[in-house]
Amino acid sequence: MIRIEKLDFAYPQGPFRLVIDALSIEPGQSVAFIGPSGSGKTTLLHLAAGIVTPEKGRIVTGSHEVSALPDGARRDFRIRHVGLVFQEFELLEYLDVNDNILLPYRINRSLTLNGEVRRRARELADDVGIGDKLDRDVRRLSQGERQRVALCRALLADPQLVLADEPTGNLDPENKELVLDILFRHARNATLVTVTHDHTVLDRFDRVIDFAELAT
Amino acid sequence: MSDSLYLAWRYMRHHRIKTAILVASITLIVFLPAGLQVMVSRTAEQLGARARSTPLIVGRKGSALELALNSLYFESKSPDAMRMTQAARIRDTGLARAIPLHVRFRTRKQPIVGTTLDYFAFRGLRVEQGRQMALLGECVAGADAARALGASPGDSVVSAPENIFDLAGVYPLKMRVVGVLARTFSPDDDAVFVDVKTAWVIEGLAHGHAALKEGEILSRKGGTPVANASVVQYTEITPQNIDGFHFHGDPGEFPVTAILAVPHDAKGKALLMGRYLGRDEVCQIVEPVTVMDDLIATVAKVRSYVVAVVVLVSSSTLVSAALVFLLSLRLRRREMETMSKIGCSRWNVSSLLACEILIVIALSVGLAAGLALVTNVYGPSLIREFIL
Repeated sequence: MIRIEKLDFAYPQGPFRLVIDALSIEPGQSVAFIGPSGSGKTTLLHLAAGIVTPEKGRIVTGSHEVSALPDGARRDFRIRHVGLVFQEFELLEYLDVNDNILLPYRINRSLTLNGEVRRRARELADDVGIGDKLDRDVRRLSQGERQRVALCRALLADPQLVLADEPTGNLDPENKELVLDILFRHARNATLVTVTHDHTVLDRFDRVIDFAELAT
Repeated sequence: MSDSLYLAWRYMRHHRIKTAILVASITLIVFLPAGLQVMVSRTAEQLGARARSTPLIVGRKGSALELALNSLYFESKSPDAMRMTQAARIRDTGLARAIPLHVRFRTRKQPIVGTTLDYFAFRGLRVEQGRQMALLGECVAGADAARALGASPGDSVVSAPENIFDLAGVYPLKMRVVGVLARTFSPDDDAVFVDVKTAWVIEGLAHGHAALKEGEILSRKGGTPVANASVVQYTEITPQNIDGFHFHGDPGEFPVTAILAVPHDAKGKALLMGRYLGRDEVCQIVEPVTVMDDLIATVAKVRSYVVAVVVLVSSSTLVSAALVFLLSLRLRRREMETMSKIGCSRWNVSSLLACEILIVIALSVGLAAGLALVTNVYGPSLIREFIL
């Protein structure tokens, strides 16, 4: 699903540099990235999603060589094939739960919002236990509920690849388990790549990649 | 675009106060110059139309503006009175018709205009309900005056006392409404018209009372008896007591506030104006068009100063609004980044922001247009209030 060759990436400002000679993640695999802060885990997620592009090397995600796509095509690729989950949830406060879940369908014309999508959004929300809160202001939700909204948003378009950046970082143990359950249940047909500092959850993943060994 | 509009609308609804402040600022920026323009144009149009339809006004020397405003709009402070003989003087020249005006009293807030039937013909006023006034103590009301007073033919209206603390002053007169005029969208709609003699009754120059008995006469000054206080003075003119009303003195000496002079031709107008140029002349003759043009020019001059100030204030408000928008963009950077990360197209980010601007501008322009409409209706009377 993800193939990286001779990757060399640096941000325009700052000394950070990520160099990966080769990395391959198989379709349907669940992978956890671990490693010290600043080692480039989140950057690698962004590279895989096409949010940033490398100076050198190739990144192939699914059938797309993301590193070679122009900006517009990378955005279209992300909205259709990638589900992104953030540590801070990144919900829009001015939208209610339902509109936050449907957001990807309102911000890129590659996706079409129709009755079927709305029905799927309701089902997804029911399944993760927030079906009765669809018209609620997201500021009035608990942390766990917010992350569940963010998960619904990421999973609604049925992505091939789910990239989760410390999805349980802000959650208590109970919600942590709940969110991971949802993530694994709904992303079982997708490739799941998660950045985590929580070593107690690593045994859930098919593969664990330590950045201290991967990146140079 | 509809999704961008929807998201923009939700954002603005969520930030109601910020949006309301922005809309209010831009509404003012749009409305102030436009509203001022509408107000001045409409005022000029209305003032000009009324003035153009009135060739000449004769009145006591003093403020020409006050004379013109009182005679055309019945609103200004009453100019000094002159004698009714001035009307005969104009008629005697053979150069013009003379229509006396007596505008000093009010019934509630409506002006009581004492005049003759010539006034109705001159202004093209038509009685819509009831009939034309025919007797002393009768009146016809303009369309708006009738509505404001809640009066229709058969009802009565009472003149307002000039000074309620003046016990020896003029009694209010109860007048019978015999007709209501058709609306003309002019100051005539707000007035209550009476015969000039009725106006003199209100002024106390004519009065009515029961027949004097011998014991009630205290003395006689010339031909005028002085009666004691037991004699009942009438405060309403009725068919039963109308014969008891009489004038003391020569009606030619009685006051009017102005005389509308309607020359027969241009030459007559020029000649008539020349008659009032004498140094010892106690009266003046004014061309309302000239007076109103001067007034409009003054208003226009004030408008240009105000517009200059408004432009300055608007510019700074626009800059502030732009600054608020830019600051809000900085505050929303994370939101925009999240949308970009998820896959929001650049076009969508731009259209979302454009929709927000569009909604603010649309709301502001809509509000400004509404205010301009209100100004269009009420602006001229507001300006007259300020001027008067």
